[in-house]
Amino acid sequence: MTVGLEHYLVVSVMLFALGLTGVIVRRSVLVIYMSLELMLNAANLALVAFSRFTNNLDGQVFVFFVITVAAAEVSVGLALIVALYRKRQAAHVEDLRTLKL
Amino acid sequence: MQDALFYTFAFLTLVFGFLVIANPFSRNPVTSAMFLVLTIVSMAGLFVLLHAFFLAAVQILVYAGAVMVLFLFVIMLLDLRAEERRRFKVLAVIGGVISAGAILLIFLRSLLSTPLGASDTPTLEGGTFELGKLLFTQYVLPFEIVSILLLVAIVGVVLLSKKELK
Amino acid sequence: MHPELLLWIVLFLPLGAAVLITLFTQRNRELSAAISIGAVVAGFVLSLIFRAWVGWQPEVRESAVTWLSVGSFQVDFGLRFDPLSLAMLLLVTGVASVIHIYSWGYMKEDRSLPRYFAGLSLFTFSMLGIVLASNFLQLFIFWELVGVSSYVLIGFWFERPAAADAGKKAFITNRLGDFGFLLGILLVWTHLGSLNFTVLQENFTADPQALGTLATAAGLLIFCGAMGKSAQFPLHVWLPDAMEGPTPVSALIHAATMVAAGVYMLCRVSFLINAPALEIIAWIGGITALLSAVIGIQQNDIKRILAYSTLSQLGYMVMAVGLHGPTPAMYHLTTHAFFKALLFLGAGSVILGLHHEQDIWKMGGLRKKMPVTFWTFIVGTLALAGLPPFSGFYSKDSILALAAEHNSGLLIVGVIVAALTPFYMFRLVCVAFLGEPKSDAAGHAHESPQGMLWPLRILATLSIVGGFIGIEQLYGSQFHTLPLEPSPSFLQELIAPFVHAPMAAVSGLVAALVGLAAAWALYARATEDPLPARLGALSRWMRDRFYFDELYEATVIRLHDFIATIAAWIDRWIISGVAVRGTHGTVELVGRALRLIQTGSLQTYAFLFAIGVALVLYLALK
Repeated sequence: MTVGLEHYLVVSVMLFALGLTGVIVRRSVLVIYMSLELMLNAANLALVAFSRFTNNLDGQVFVFFVITVAAAEVSVGLALIVALYRKRQAAHVEDLRTLKL
Repeated sequence: MQDALFYTFAFLTLVFGFLVIANPFSRNPVTSAMFLVLTIVSMAGLFVLLHAFFLAAVQILVYAGAVMVLFLFVIMLLDLRAEERRRFKVLAVIGGVISAGAILLIFLRSLLSTPLGASDTPTLEGGTFELGKLLFTQYVLPFEIVSILLLVAIVGVVLLSKKELK
Repeated sequence: MHPELLLWIVLFLPLGAAVLITLFTQRNRELSAAISIGAVVAGFVLSLIFRAWVGWQPEVRESAVTWLSVGSFQVDFGLRFDPLSLAMLLLVTGVASVIHIYSWGYMKEDRSLPRYFAGLSLFTFSMLGIVLASNFLQLFIFWELVGVSSYVLIGFWFERPAAADAGKKAFITNRLGDFGFLLGILLVWTHLGSLNFTVLQENFTADPQALGTLATAAGLLIFCGAMGKSAQFPLHVWLPDAMEGPTPVSALIHAATMVAAGVYMLCRVSFLINAPALEIIAWIGGITALLSAVIGIQQNDIKRILAYSTLSQLGYMVMAVGLHGPTPAMYHLTTHAFFKALLFLGAGSVILGLHHEQDIWKMGGLRKKMPVTFWTFIVGTLALAGLPPFSGFYSKDSILALAAEHNSGLLIVGVIVAALTPFYMFRLVCVAFLGEPKSDAAGHAHESPQGMLWPLRILATLSIVGGFIGIEQLYGSQFHTLPLEPSPSFLQELIAPFVHAPMAAVSGLVAALVGLAAAWALYARATEDPLPARLGALSRWMRDRFYFDELYEATVIRLHDFIATIAAWIDRWIISGVAVRGTHGTVELVGRALRLIQTGSLQTYAFLFAIGVALVLYLALK
């Protein structure tokens, strides 16, 4: 059958699930961050698919903004990780437990 | 033809995505970063199939070109080697798979059970001109605010990476 | 000024005395005694003034203050004046005055004298409250107050375990009766709609069937109160033990006034009790009279003999009420108050003279050492035995006449008791007063001071003339049961019983003489009791009070302990354990469990976050 909206959405959802698994399972901070980016990309795909199939360009504008914000977020996040690494010499999530009561 | 392309790109995206999070050969973060780049490129292909040309270009330029480069810079800056082998926590993996799988299943079920309100013959063209017109007329306020956001990000990054003055 | 105001003062004077003594004069013995004695004597004088002012009208007057008003339910605190309450008022204040004065002499050496007089004043206040009460609720409150005062006074020497136990026993046994009493009051209230005696009487005469099928039950429940207070069988066990208190207390409370309160209450509300209930009441009275007379024959403590005698006479009074005769009952109550108080005060004089020796087999020969005590005691004994012309003869005869009229079974019981009474009393007199001293203490006895002797003389006079001063006519006017004219001449008054009801009078007199003769024959020269040898086991049963206390101990007390143990178990394990500590434990457990969620690990939080999202999506997209 012809590729329709559902196909794109299925791909998007599976990508999202993969990203979520990565966030929960991996223990290196950077890989977790990369999985986060994966999830953002999945959202972008869904938005573009919807935009195409409903003939509404707003979805693509939204993706534009998402990419921009993602870029800003990545820079800030990586700066944080660098600062954290400088402080503690660790890039393992298990060592970052100071939130524990 | 288009369908075949779709299936190819979709498959590639998913495979590379999986390899980002669960590489059986090497636990080096650089490997994960590389595969992420490949995922992004496949996604750009999917964007093209959806006639969102501008976004496909932006994706490659910004995401693959800038963001991932930033990632790699930081990896090399921190001189991270492979994660030391720690005890492999089966429970965590199972937990993660279950929760993500749950969300996946819920989404799939709702997606595939109801008919989506999509038109059969999409006519949208996501070209630069159309996007620009929308961006500068209807969405000009978010546009300006995003520029402020970028400014804030720059300031924040500079502050965070400063060495402490003794 | 209204004459009723006098009575309000009479009521509250003893309370004021009790409060004053408790709060201010605990250190000063003379002052405490003076305040207490002054209050009650003033009360007596004021009562006399009131009677002179108002006269013995047979009508009812009330003076009330609204006390409790909740919706349509209203209770007054009021005083009721009718011949019954006025007569009791004079009796209570008079006898109480005499005993207060006597107490000063008897308790002079005691170091807790102020506490004693405070208790005595409190008791006087409570008893007056019962006498003057105008409604059931007020009566019940003062009823309980009297019980409390009795507890305080019986357990006066509380360092002695026997005294403390006796106080407890009296109070608890009373409470048992009061429980039934309260149920009876509630029954009456729900069916007749009011607690005030006057209103109740009106409502009842208007509708005699108001109590319906519960009429007998209501009557018997109200009688429960009298059973407790007046120590009827089976709640009679507390009165002999109450002799642990000081002797004036025994005289006032357990001979003359408090135990009479039960009979007084029954006469007050006799219109509410129907014939079947009255029959049962009469038989209980008869049984009590007989049982306690038999037990009294073999007692060796002088106060215990008098206690069982009181029980027996109370049985007579209750029997009279049950035979539809409130007038004879009240008559006997009044004369009994005179001579029983006299006997107890005399016993107190003996005890004091022998330095607190109470066993009659260690007395003897007191006739010569304590003459005034001896002669007044003889007067009291003759009155109690029912020999003419003493007052006891007339009052007892009216009861026997009533029995002859209504129920010959009870007449026989009454006559037997009339024979036993002089028997045990003369046993006491012969052993304690006649013959030779049987111990050193008896040999060194001396007469009591005048302060204690004048009360004896006054009470003796009253015991002699009590049959002639018109007491019976007074009560008759209240209860409309007797012809109101007194006999034309004194001599005819003297032999009136033989004229009205010859059989009862003669049988009573013969029985009394038989008892007296038997006692004389057995005990006049005895140095030890001849009856155990003759009666064997029966004598032992009598001496051991027919094992009632033991029976109660084995059944009721055991049951109560059992229930208390169960209740304690429930309290400890279920209420405290499950409910309180269980809640505490559960909360703590849940808290500890929830704390595990705070791992500090970001990935755990992400995991939980994902689970939460999945759950919400599932519920939203169902």
